[in-house]
Amino acid sequence: MNGPRDQPRTPEDAFASPIADGDELQDLRALLDTVHQRTGIDFRQYSYSSLRRRATRAAQEANAASIAGLHQSIKTDDATLALLIRMLTVHTTAMFRDPTFFRALREHVVPVLRTYPFVRVWVAGCSTGEEVYSLAILLHEEGLAERCRIYATDLSDTVLDRARAGVFPLAPMQEYSRNYQLAGGLKPFSEYFSADSQSVVFSRKLRENVVFGTHNLVSDESFNEFHLILCRNVLIYFQRELQERVHRLFHESLINFGYLGLGRSEAVRFSAYRDCYDVVAARERIFRKIK
Amino acid sequence: MIVIGGSWGGCDALGEILRRLPRDFALPVVVVLHRHRESEGLLQPVLQRTSALPVVEPEDKTIVEPGYVYICPPDYHLTLQGNYFSLIADELVNFARPSIDVLFESAAEWYRERTIAVVLSGGGSDGAAGAARIQAAGGRVIVQNPESAVMASMPAAALARTGTRDVYEVPAIAELLIRLSVSTIK
Repeated sequence: MNGPRDQPRTPEDAFASPIADGDELQDLRALLDTVHQRTGIDFRQYSYSSLRRRATRAAQEANAASIAGLHQSIKTDDATLALLIRMLTVHTTAMFRDPTFFRALREHVVPVLRTYPFVRVWVAGCSTGEEVYSLAILLHEEGLAERCRIYATDLSDTVLDRARAGVFPLAPMQEYSRNYQLAGGLKPFSEYFSADSQSVVFSRKLRENVVFGTHNLVSDESFNEFHLILCRNVLIYFQRELQERVHRLFHESLINFGYLGLGRSEAVRFSAYRDCYDVVAARERIFRKIK
Repeated sequence: MIVIGGSWGGCDALGEILRRLPRDFALPVVVVLHRHRESEGLLQPVLQRTSALPVVEPEDKTIVEPGYVYICPPDYHLTLQGNYFSLIADELVNFARPSIDVLFESAAEWYRERTIAVVLSGGGSDGAAGAARIQAAGGRVIVQNPESAVMASMPAAALARTGTRDVYEVPAIAELLIRLSVSTIK
């Protein structure tokens, strides 16, 4: 069993060479082509594993028998197209996800940010904004909010509208509150929002220094220079070439000695920019640009 | 490619298997154990102590290499994508993240008949659907004997779904894996 045929296929072949159910791969490719044509959003360099799972689920929700069936509907049905876009763009997020990450931000990054008269932060791929509000709370507690501006971007207007509103479901708040405490939170978490039976609204003051805007990591360029960039659990959804593009974008967008915070399983070490960073907190994936 | 899934009781069974795999074992071993999402870094040293093979938690895009044992980090789904790992943070599957089905389905897709799946002790039925996919792709499904597993339902579900004849006690699973790895290399 050792001929060339048995070599695992390279990731770049993901769409080119069908494997177990090759028709479905081609269907997925065709679906993404149509999405690109109809919306201008290009998912074709997204990580295949996640795309396939999400498209399959979108097909189920749209009562389509398969990805091919879904493809037929999105050609004409805008509601189904919107459903698919939503399912491909929203990613799982939580407030103070990985509390030790935020604790490390307080310990290692905040003291340095204090030395700047003005601080620009970019939360790239902010989705529905949980991370943005977490960071805003942290900066308020550290007395930095006044001189910070957070640029929170996502490719999807739908999730940005939700992020702007600052309204979140009530159900996970207990977990978020616990995360907040573990992250070194200084107050009762409930001080930051008002709740009704279904949802919570976060305090307006948290978003006073936040600018929400559309930015697509696939195709848009750098738009400012930042002291800190957070992009957690976004790069995992990208294939390697696209990851590399984004690493270039981040490197260009960081000031010298600026900080980059990634997700738990994300690394700079597979990137050509690995030597451009010092490791600040290895487990928390906090890096500092040194060249 | 060996993919292993387990839950309650699965960690001990896995340790038993790893203890028996020789230093020159030449297949990659990829493991999903259900675990608490804040348990990062706890499992690896425990398993490394029993294993002659290097035990690592892969990061996104880590290349899969033979002779390594890869333990899924908590709070991510672990998938194979060609010769590297792709981690995804999507919603829970079978109430779990990582989910065994997610790993198994990706192995079926990329490694097809070259996949050997092992379902160890655990509650619930995660892994059964993925095991069926691996079987349908021509791969082999091995199940820990539910009667002697700490928790029977997970291996029992995989057995019911696939009807595999490879139902063994843990030491015999290790022996079979060694035998299969040798025949695969030849």
